[in-house]
Amino acid sequence: MTSNPFATSGIVSGLGLGGLKPTAAAVPSGQQGETRVRDVVIVGSGPAGYTAAIYCARDGLDPVVLEGSIDAGGALMTTTDVENFPGFPDGVPGPDLMAKMRAQAARFGAELIADDAVDIDLSGEIKRVTDSEGNVYRGRTVILAMGAGYRKLGIPGEDEYSGRGISWCATCDGFFYKGKDIAVVGGGDSAAEEATFLTRFANSVTLIHRRDQLRASKIMAERVLADPKIIPAWNTRVVGFGGSPTLQELILRDTATGAERTLAVAGLFEAIGHDPRSALVVGQVDLDESGYVEVDGDSTRTNVPGVFACGDLVDRTYRQAITAAGTGCRAALDAERYLESLADGTH
Amino acid sequence: MAVIEVTDANFANTVLHSSKPVLVDYWADWCAPCRQLSPIIDELSVTYRDRMVFAKLDTNANPNVPMQQGVMSLPTLQFFVNGQVVQALQGGKTKAALVKAIEAVLEG
Repeated sequence: MTSNPFATSGIVSGLGLGGLKPTAAAVPSGQQGETRVRDVVIVGSGPAGYTAAIYCARDGLDPVVLEGSIDAGGALMTTTDVENFPGFPDGVPGPDLMAKMRAQAARFGAELIADDAVDIDLSGEIKRVTDSEGNVYRGRTVILAMGAGYRKLGIPGEDEYSGRGISWCATCDGFFYKGKDIAVVGGGDSAAEEATFLTRFANSVTLIHRRDQLRASKIMAERVLADPKIIPAWNTRVVGFGGSPTLQELILRDTATGAERTLAVAGLFEAIGHDPRSALVVGQVDLDESGYVEVDGDSTRTNVPGVFACGDLVDRTYRQAITAAGTGCRAALDAERYLESLADGTH
Repeated sequence: MAVIEVTDANFANTVLHSSKPVLVDYWADWCAPCRQLSPIIDELSVTYRDRMVFAKLDTNANPNVPMQQGVMSLPTLQFFVNGQVVQALQGGKTKAALVKAIEAVLEG
């Protein structure tokens, strides 16, 4: 099916066709570092951001995507095999999947900027997103898709041991632990995947979880529990670190008895979840108490007209590549409908 | 490209005995954040080519230097001045953050 219910309007998409049909809202660019006013500025580049870009670009909305300079592609860039994305019966490496989505967005003309948004101004009819070089991208609509960042344990010594035995990226750092005893903390899909992946390198992987069973999906949990190299440590929290100059031991506490013990490890991989990256829009759009952007019902509309949010930034529940892609699509369609209402003067 | 490849074999000569400050980018092909960092390093190597040597080391092919330098996380960037590490950065970094670090090292 074709996806553009507004294909005949020719108004909102006119700017994408070389300005043949300028609208009254068009503002000529001219100031240093300010680019022309776009229909859509997309911030973020996981499955949500790229899917929004594919839909917007294909429908002639001339989107620009602030991909991020260091985490373009989002959480899937550090994922090994994605086995549950439909259309890939043999699985697909996370970075390959993101490269395909990116190429698909580029094919329809989305402009991709490999830089971070450092400032977002959602006040006014024309919203402004500034990158780290000071370039300002102006849009009638903004689609927020900044995703979520990894969570830290928040215990003393964590920052000091970061890069000296504590890691958040098994695919990046697993190699350094060949033949070593290491640990993974967490109980969800990410923790299960990291533990399984790390058995390629490590002598043993202790999987530390504060509950008595994994939260991970059944197939991943079964894989973990069947792996002879993975030793579960149930009802256990990490409460301290030891070793110099690199990590050599963890202090673990039994959540039931309170008893503490030390575990000799060369490395700890943290996979305890993510927090939404909404810092740039605090005070501008409504957030819930955990920092997720609030949207109106089952739409992607925030409380600010013309501002839409999708992906892990809004998703407290599902957090899958396919659900992020799905909300990215919805954000693009919601933005398109909003632009249509602007053009009609009905907004 | 203004970024030179260093190896276990030539690390001492190229990095430790350099008369200019050296930035070493430890990378590997399986490390996605490394792939995102490398075009930024390439760009900065042009901007700063007269004042700093930019080097990259494939940790997969050259395990000895990372072990000697205590590198346990990728990407890692180390700044060397007169053979000594004066600053090390781990994880992805923005261009702005790298420029700041380079300027700080050059100002000594």
